[in-house]
Amino acid sequence: MIDFKTDRRSLLKGGATLMAAAATMSSDQLLGYAKAWAQTAQWKPEAGAKINLLRWKRFVEAEDVAFMKVVDAFQKATGVTINVSNEAYDDIQPKASVAANTGQGLDMVWGLYSLPFLFPNKCTDMTDVADYLAKKCGGWAESGKAYGMLGNKWIGIPVAATGGLVNYRVAAAEKAGHKTFPKDLGGFLDLVKGMNKNGTPAGMALGHASGDANGWLHWALWAHGGNLIDKDNKVVINSPETAKALEYVKQLYENFVPGTASWNDSNNNKAFLAGQLHLTVNGISIYVAAKKENPAIAEDMNHAHLPPGVDGKTRELHLGFPILVYNFTKYPQACKAFTAFLLDPAQFNPWVEAAQGYLSPFLLDYEKNPIWTADPKNTPYRDVAQTANTPAGVGKMGENAAAAIADFVVVDMFANYATGREDVKTAMASAERNAKRIFR
Amino acid sequence: MTTIQTSMPARAVHADTRPLWDRLRTNRNWLALWFMLPAAAFLILFLAYPLGLGIWMSFTDERIGRTGVFVGLENYEWLWSDSIFWLSVFNTLLYTIIASAIKFAIGLYLALLLNRHMPFKAMIRAIVLIPFIVPTVLSAIAFWWIYDAQFSIISWSLIKLGLITQNINFLGDTDWARASVIFANIWRGVPFVAITLLAGLQTVSPSLYEAATLDGATDWQRFRYITYPLLTPIIAVVMTFSVLFTFTDFQLVWALTRGGPVNATHLMATLSYQRGILSGRLGEGAAIATAMIPFLLAAIAISWFGMQRRKWQQGSDND
Repeated sequence: MIDFKTDRRSLLKGGATLMAAAATMSSDQLLGYAKAWAQTAQWKPEAGAKINLLRWKRFVEAEDVAFMKVVDAFQKATGVTINVSNEAYDDIQPKASVAANTGQGLDMVWGLYSLPFLFPNKCTDMTDVADYLAKKCGGWAESGKAYGMLGNKWIGIPVAATGGLVNYRVAAAEKAGHKTFPKDLGGFLDLVKGMNKNGTPAGMALGHASGDANGWLHWALWAHGGNLIDKDNKVVINSPETAKALEYVKQLYENFVPGTASWNDSNNNKAFLAGQLHLTVNGISIYVAAKKENPAIAEDMNHAHLPPGVDGKTRELHLGFPILVYNFTKYPQACKAFTAFLLDPAQFNPWVEAAQGYLSPFLLDYEKNPIWTADPKNTPYRDVAQTANTPAGVGKMGENAAAAIADFVVVDMFANYATGREDVKTAMASAERNAKRIFR
Repeated sequence: MTTIQTSMPARAVHADTRPLWDRLRTNRNWLALWFMLPAAAFLILFLAYPLGLGIWMSFTDERIGRTGVFVGLENYEWLWSDSIFWLSVFNTLLYTIIASAIKFAIGLYLALLLNRHMPFKAMIRAIVLIPFIVPTVLSAIAFWWIYDAQFSIISWSLIKLGLITQNINFLGDTDWARASVIFANIWRGVPFVAITLLAGLQTVSPSLYEAATLDGATDWQRFRYITYPLLTPIIAVVMTFSVLFTFTDFQLVWALTRGGPVNATHLMATLSYQRGILSGRLGEGAAIATAMIPFLLAAIAISWFGMQRRKWQQGSDND
């Protein structure tokens, strides 16, 4: 986990706009605003409401500080008590699942990926909140709808996503012959090969890394026209397109730094910051940490979207952060009011700024926030919602797709072939069988 | 028992006239049942019920957040033709057999060493226990750094010594990964075996060794004909526990590899967690967990029937 404090340097680097925005509201002003907001809000919290909220443990400290400020203002303005507990990425889902299964312990969870889809019938209908936010904040991106809606009903509110984008060292990429970041699959492969030849290798996780490995391997699958399921949720993984994706990933893997088959979500952060890794796919947290601990790396690195697929479209799987309210909570109104308050411009803008690019919005107005342009290296993360697909790809998001991603069906298929444990046919056949087990 | 039998008829004449509840309350046979009830309730509530529930769940398609319907053997049928499941069975057996055998060998050797008179005996015995005392997750994280693909201290040292030219891919190569998790398990499990066997060794009467020495027995003969036979009951118990702990190990593997690379270190316990809790298929996860039971029963049965035999208890052939 990376601890990051907003110090003067990074604030200055972020530009004057950022400083101005971060200081727009003192806590008194915020409280005043919160009170006024609560007066007019359509959700009236139950008297004496006490909410237990579970969220993922921060990667960017300033983001957490800003989040707690919002919580604090909401508590003071409404008299609702919010009990926030933090859990590491990997522990969020088991805890949320246990709460869903036992019907107690938590009222709402701010989780990862497609969490609400694992137990949709335990989620409160949030359609009113989603509609309210859409009206107020410029509407939802298509990917936001895909991440929040089951059928016509919103079962969660996609607060933001952290983009899984390419982080690369500029000098190393230039040395490998790419002055600008490659715009197609061939160019990207050439870049990775060139970097390996120069002893400045790339590396992306092929282990059971729920964020990193799922992210770029789904991109690789989709970029070649492959899909786990078709639009009717029928398993179609065993296809010539998938075979091409497998070949492509194998070539990448052979040019990676050794050990990527064992990587979890933190390995690439460590190796990149230590100067041993020169290209990877990650959120903006490496850059945020580098600005503080290793300015030389921050100076020399940049971000880019993964190249578009054979059809010219970029489809990426980013790490979504949906918030859900359990239907067994005693205080649904308080939970809804808090969710709406959290995404209100007066709260969300400073929060997004504090997160320094770690939270990419699904609500279109927030793409205009100055954080995305104050530092051009942040800009690729603004467009995360535009390229984001759900784990279901072209299929319909639901329990089964959520289960498939948690069971690493696609990751295992690529790893099986790339490491040479299985041939193309066997790797696809086992993935097909595993997917059929889930989508039966 | 015989005293109860003889006293019964005399009392029975009066007993019949009392209400049933009074009779049940004071009857000695029933009294035993009353006393056993709290313990039985505890076992049923916390052991039998969860076990039964788990087995039942494995016959349903229960998912997180919703109860399942009975699907018979469907979960098992899918597992039967699931290569990842069979790989996890193979991994679990490999992990258990190799780790337990080495833990036994090293543990016995350590116990014999520690049983000797030496300076700072108490302190050394305490030190040996350290790996067992450290919380598993902590030691797993320490091993995770030791085995790291980029920052491994072992790779670093060997490179500095000029013995290898690039980092060893400890957790990224299937064979290395298996060896690495087995090594970590051995490191953690040896103290338990060593200290328990040491306790067993200390119950062996020194006079036996004295007599054997007087008869001119060699070191090996004293071990083979005195220590080993007297230690067998303890060995049976220790190894049963050791095998059970190893077979059901979860934390070490989960913290080190999450079952990777390419499922080469997925144990049945980790696969059950991944399928049951992470992907929400409680029924299927329960089926994998239930599939562990026959193996565990076999391990228990071997030592249980072994301990009944005199040969094991006394080291003689007269059973």
